[in-house]
Amino acid sequence: MQPHDDPKSAKQIEFVTLVAGKQSFCIEITQIREIRRWSPVTLLPHSPNYVLGVINLRGAVIPILDLAAKLGFDAIEPTERHVIIIAAIEERIVGLLVESVSEILGVGVDMVRDTPRASEDMSTQAIQGIIPVKDDMIKIISLDALIPATLAAAA
Amino acid sequence: MTDSAILDAFFEECEDLLVALSDGLEDMRDGKADSETVNAVFRSVHSIKGAAGAFSLEDLVGFAHIFETVLDEVRANRLATDDGLLRVLQRAGDILADLVDAARDDLPADRDQVDPVLKELESFLSADDLAEEEFVFEALTLDFDAPQDTTRYLVSFCPNKEFYATGNDPALIITALQELGQCEIAVDATSLPDELTSFDWDEGYLTWEISIDGQQSDLPIREIFQFVDDLCALQITEVHSSGDAFEEIIPASETEVVPPTAVIEPVQDVLATEAPPAKADRPVKKSASTLRVDPERVDRLINAVGELIINQSVISQRIDEAALPNSADLHGDLDDYKLLAREIQEGVMAIRAQPVKPLFQRMLRIAREAADATGKDVNLVTEGEATEVDKIVVERLADPLTHMIRNAIDHGIELPEVRVKSGKSAAGTLRLTASQRSGSIVIEIIDDGAGLNRDRIREIAVSKGLIPADAQLSEQEIDHLLFAPGFSTAKEVTNLSGRGVGMDVVKTAITALGGRITISSFAGQGTTFSITLPLTLAVMDGMIIHIGGQTMVVPISSILESIRPVPADLSQIGLHSHLLRIRGEFVPIVDLAQRLGIEPRATELTDRVLLLIQTESVAQCALAVDDILDQRQVVVKSMQGSYGEISGVSGATILGDGKIALIIDPDAITAAPPPETIGQRQTIKDVAHAAP
Repeated sequence: MQPHDDPKSAKQIEFVTLVAGKQSFCIEITQIREIRRWSPVTLLPHSPNYVLGVINLRGAVIPILDLAAKLGFDAIEPTERHVIIIAAIEERIVGLLVESVSEILGVGVDMVRDTPRASEDMSTQAIQGIIPVKDDMIKIISLDALIPATLAAAA
Repeated sequence: MTDSAILDAFFEECEDLLVALSDGLEDMRDGKADSETVNAVFRSVHSIKGAAGAFSLEDLVGFAHIFETVLDEVRANRLATDDGLLRVLQRAGDILADLVDAARDDLPADRDQVDPVLKELESFLSADDLAEEEFVFEALTLDFDAPQDTTRYLVSFCPNKEFYATGNDPALIITALQELGQCEIAVDATSLPDELTSFDWDEGYLTWEISIDGQQSDLPIREIFQFVDDLCALQITEVHSSGDAFEEIIPASETEVVPPTAVIEPVQDVLATEAPPAKADRPVKKSASTLRVDPERVDRLINAVGELIINQSVISQRIDEAALPNSADLHGDLDDYKLLAREIQEGVMAIRAQPVKPLFQRMLRIAREAADATGKDVNLVTEGEATEVDKIVVERLADPLTHMIRNAIDHGIELPEVRVKSGKSAAGTLRLTASQRSGSIVIEIIDDGAGLNRDRIREIAVSKGLIPADAQLSEQEIDHLLFAPGFSTAKEVTNLSGRGVGMDVVKTAITALGGRITISSFAGQGTTFSITLPLTLAVMDGMIIHIGGQTMVVPISSILESIRPVPADLSQIGLHSHLLRIRGEFVPIVDLAQRLGIEPRATELTDRVLLLIQTESVAQCALAVDDILDQRQVVVKSMQGSYGEISGVSGATILGDGKIALIIDPDAITAAPPPETIGQRQTIKDVAHAAP
């Protein structure tokens, strides 16, 4: 499913890097449909704290999640300067509120390292690998692992 | 094409063939057992047999073969189509449909069902017929059995002055004649004046001589002329053998412009070869030309059109805001755009619409089986089969209708002897009708049975604890007890209806489709159940409300009225709950904002608006909202796919300004307390349970 699982099939992968909870993450570019500015959402009753609401994306009702809150950081106070990444998880489309989007990063497959596993929590489970960049590293978010199949709170 | 794709195509075709079969059998039952109908029935069974053979579906082939053999006997007039035979043929049609279903689901045939019918079929056949069990694939011989008793008619038609003056057109008449059969047409222009000076503009000078083949009588021809026969000189002559009469008449008219021989020759050719056009005497049954489309594609189109409609309203709102000078043509163009968008929407909705005919046909079978099981004699009459309803509605109506048909036969229609005693015909009539009335579809199930036994209904409701023994109920209220959960009037559980689930399930299913069901019943005359359904599920009428800074939609169908309460109308019950007093009744108030976990803008109930709603769980209930904004049609969007189910919300819609508004599900709001969410205020105590 992930092309970079097999080093021989793809030499180069592109990621969009972003900042959420003051940390650097990236999402594979093939999962991203578009990037939009924050606009007010319609609130949903009984939603988990990381679900901000829904927006109208050209006639489709798209849920918007606070990526920082979902990863366990402080919730983002959305302003005009914040950005929504519209991402596709198989058939489903969701919007992710992030602090900012930085650049498109193209790396060789061999650059991607497995996540060193220590004690697991919400944010580390969703990290499928890391890319060392200069002195820092960028964490690759696995949307499949991060976003539950149904967002509505279990009744 | 893979094997399974071919097999799928086969089953799809079977469905069409089974419909044709059922149509044909129905016609035969109605006494229209002419050769064409019997042939159509035979061909359907034969085609199923042939294709089933190719897939080695043994059960299906075996049954279809016997069925077909019996039909062949009927076709050859060796078997009389009496009631007994027709009954067996219909049962056989049902079994054939079962076998097709079984083959599709790869299940073994239900021999207990099949064998008795097979025996009955065989009983109509002689030993010889059965002996030729070995069946080979053979090309179906299309029989052009010429209609024997048809004649040729010669029509001489000369329109006069008034004919033309009243706006008639000979061409239309001749076209109509051509639809009856093959025509040879000649025009006689001899009466035209030689000199143009004596030519009268208004006069009719031309005479047409038309010879029509293959007519059984001159009636259809006379019908064509019935509105003009005093406006023309008309002569209709029967021609018995090879055009003699034709030859006699034509020369008499001394045609100069068109030499008669030139006309007659081809006619004689036609007669000489003795090949009258097949079945020209009846309108050719049009086989409905249809398109098989993946429903997903249609859904995609519907979504896109829904977006178009929303986009249109967004644009018009923007233009209004821009306050352009009125002279701008933009407004006119925008109106055109709006009309076009609506037209496209209607067109797309029409694709999804399906006639209720297949559904009604299934009911014919249900009624037959129910009548057999109860020993009653019931005629199910269907009306308005061409009425079109959204595909999903058709699918979801099957179960409720089945239940209601069975109920009507089991409980409604009396046994033959009882009926005769009360002066009715022994056979009961059950009418199943569909019609379209101002934006809704109305389906009615009307029986001419005994009517509802209200005393008995009341008795049962009391014994089951549904109502107190001293309750004062109107007739209508008693009737509606039928829909109460756990109500069943059958004295003992029959295997037909009355498993204790009964009509409440029917009502739930209808309500889920956004519809309503009502009963009217007259003792001794019968009972009518009316189901009113919206034309489509994708669009609904909604009340746009404000609540805690959010805009939401409440379906109009559940709102009875809106009330601005005064303090005297309200009384407190418990810590946070209130009751509304309306017309002497106390109705619980549900704070919608509280129920949805939203901070309401106004805290005092008197500053808010109450929507009196009727739901399944609670007879009546008042929803407290901040304000009512508007009432309009909204396009319903499901949230199931992108988000999941939200308690109390049935979907979402997009308003003219592009914002999303949630659609409230009044049933869910009143039925259950909200789920408890971590990190969210728990606001609900006992509001939802405050129903009396």
